[in-house]
Amino acid sequence: MSQAATAHAGVEPAETPLTPDSWGKLGMWIFLAGDAVGFGALLAAYGIMRATSGDWPDPYHVLGINLTALMTFLLICSSVTMVKALEWLGKGDRDRCKKFLFYTALGGAIFVSLQAYEWTHLMHRGLHINGNPWGASLFGTSFFIVTGFHGLHVTGGVIYLLAVLGSVARRPAAATYNMVEIVGLYWHFVDLVWIMVFTFMYLL
Amino acid sequence: MAGEHKHPNYMAIFWTLAILTVVELGVVFLPFGKFANGTMLCALALAKAAIVAAYFMHLRFETRTLGLIAITPLAIATLLVFVLMPDTFAVNHKTADKKPAAEAPAKH
Repeated sequence: MSQAATAHAGVEPAETPLTPDSWGKLGMWIFLAGDAVGFGALLAAYGIMRATSGDWPDPYHVLGINLTALMTFLLICSSVTMVKALEWLGKGDRDRCKKFLFYTALGGAIFVSLQAYEWTHLMHRGLHINGNPWGASLFGTSFFIVTGFHGLHVTGGVIYLLAVLGSVARRPAAATYNMVEIVGLYWHFVDLVWIMVFTFMYLL
Repeated sequence: MAGEHKHPNYMAIFWTLAILTVVELGVVFLPFGKFANGTMLCALALAKAAIVAAYFMHLRFETRTLGLIAITPLAIATLLVFVLMPDTFAVNHKTADKKPAAEAPAKH
């Protein structure tokens, strides 16, 4: 890499001092920082709407906690399978890496399915994006927007994981290590955001 | 690339996160009132998020500047809460003006 850079004067250096292993990693971190601002703005807006509302329903009792606690646990588990996938690829074991990438994607798919089940259940009980029987209509609005935005991230993550899984299957381990590490960053970020969403929207 | 830094004990981190989640579920039932419970829940959530970022996302083993990039959104979100605070009080006053004191709903 550095040979190519010295060969062509004026070409930018092939290594970034922030993430010496790859530019892609830096790119993902910057994307995640931007995405985090998006989630931060949504959660801050949620807090402000809730603080200014006089009849905000008690989320703990309206939304229920058992299913979401299970979903939280599921995402933590899928983060573990994600680090295992990278660990095995680092040891050159592509088959185990593929297996763990698949488990991670499966965890994400189950998470989204449970969320769809939860949404359907809540809608049957009267929680809608424009109103609900328990109080402030913004309660439903913010609930569906924040959990929906996160659910879209999980859905995107599952597709992303399966695409990387395809690459790992086709190419040698050394060629895909960075790719798997970067999809891992994205996946752990989705887990991290859920930890925040779970606390602010369900437990508080 | 691979094996440049020592891998942390991922199972220990998994159990820490799982136990912290159970603690969070327990905190909900503590009789210390909304504010104290809320503070504890926020602290637990931030601790869990920090563990995920530091170990699963390897932030502990990255350069310091990358850590600064990662922490910036938290600073911005915190700032946003304070920036929006005047609006919060303005809306409260407006509602208080509109409704008679007796009808004004209790906070929370």
